Amino acid sequence: MAKVTLTVNGRRVSEDCDDRMLLVHFIRDKLGLTGTHVGCDTTQCGTCVVHMDGRSVKSCSVLAVQAAGSDVTTIEGLAAQGDLHPVQAAFKEHHGLQCGFCTPGMVMTAVDMIHRHGGQLDEATVRHELEGNICRCTGYHNIVKAVLAANADMQAGREAAE
Amino acid sequence: MYATSYHRASSVEDAVKLRGEHEEGRYLSGGMTLIATMKQRLAAPSDLIDLRHIPDLKGVSVDGRNVRIGAGTPHADVAGSSMLRSVCPAICALAGMIGDPHVRHMGTIGGSIANNDPAADYPAAMLGLGATIITDRRWLAADDFFTGMFETALEEGEMVTAVTFEAPEKAGYAKFANPASRYALTGVFVAKRGDGVRVAVTGAGADGVFRHAGMEAALAETWSPDSVAGTEVAPADLLSDMHASPDYRANLVKVMAKRAVMAAG
Repeated sequence: MAKVTLTVNGRRVSEDCDDRMLLVHFIRDKLGLTGTHVGCDTTQCGTCVVHMDGRSVKSCSVLAVQAAGSDVTTIEGLAAQGDLHPVQAAFKEHHGLQCGFCTPGMVMTAVDMIHRHGGQLDEATVRHELEGNICRCTGYHNIVKAVLAANADMQAGREAAE
Repeated sequence: MYATSYHRASSVEDAVKLRGEHEEGRYLSGGMTLIATMKQRLAAPSDLIDLRHIPDLKGVSVDGRNVRIGAGTPHADVAGSSMLRSVCPAICALAGMIGDPHVRHMGTIGGSIANNDPAADYPAAMLGLGATIITDRRWLAADDFFTGMFETALEEGEMVTAVTFEAPEKAGYAKFANPASRYALTGVFVAKRGDGVRVAVTGAGADGVFRHAGMEAALAETWSPDSVAGTEVAPADLLSDMHASPDYRANLVKVMAKRAVMAAG
């Protein structure tokens, strides 16, 4: 049994858990943040993607104890004061989801992708970078559209800020 | 997953000491193989010694043509190192093909080579580059390090701390990825150096990563994708599974070798 203390969506949390507890179960069962999903549980589908210290990780393949002391962002932490994050808004606008199960992982992946590639993101890169996220409904086209639109939107925001 | 006890090491010495105290313990680097294996109950270490918070294990350094990569460096950092790209772009390209972006944020070069999965990418790079594997107690040539499927020369409790190699004149890597797992169904790393050519094959060998002497000789004579065409790959020594037969893999070895030479330029 370990006491795991970390920051989740800007809030410092501390919970007891087994050393073998996965980060995704810690987030869902201990913290009640159920936006992060468990799909395949084998590191393939990407519905469990969260950001740990600013990098996307599959939280079904990280132990909660490994994440102790880190800064974690989940899908619940994206929308500031209730306004949709530009990536969330783009998924809505471009219908980048159908059943919605993969969406939290897709959105967290897209935010990380846009952050790393800045304005250099093109369609081929988006498709390559979505390799670790599986969607069984959309055929990916609208997801790719949404990511590119969000990138353009955020790039315009960055330029306006400069 | 069976119960386990977690320990976070602060230094290499601390990690080796912790490992020595737990006979059934395992080092945990990025965990991208180990955690998955534990979830399937195929591994059940009593203790995990986390190496991810040891600063000495992280980072890429380039001094002229000499490269050193800390064992705890994630694939994403190898893929994204502009210093490394300027002397050996092939290893950056290879690192960028491992798994997916999330796996590349956690998985490390040291973890990959210590595990020596027969379909992992890094063993091909290490063998192809003629790298030296540095551990907490000695230096080992890649030729002596990889000893068989999931087998290495590492002794009980021995830990990879870094790898080092001299950047080759040219190098390239091509892999045919398993469409589901992204592991190499067959991957070939080629490197042209002052003292000859090295060709290392992963994903295909029944005993894990191996060098192909025939291709090395042919490419040393003429560095061209066509040189590979006349060489023989013996299916008898290759893996056979639901994904590909030995004959299919033998053909893939040649195709990937050609593409790797093309990638190297």
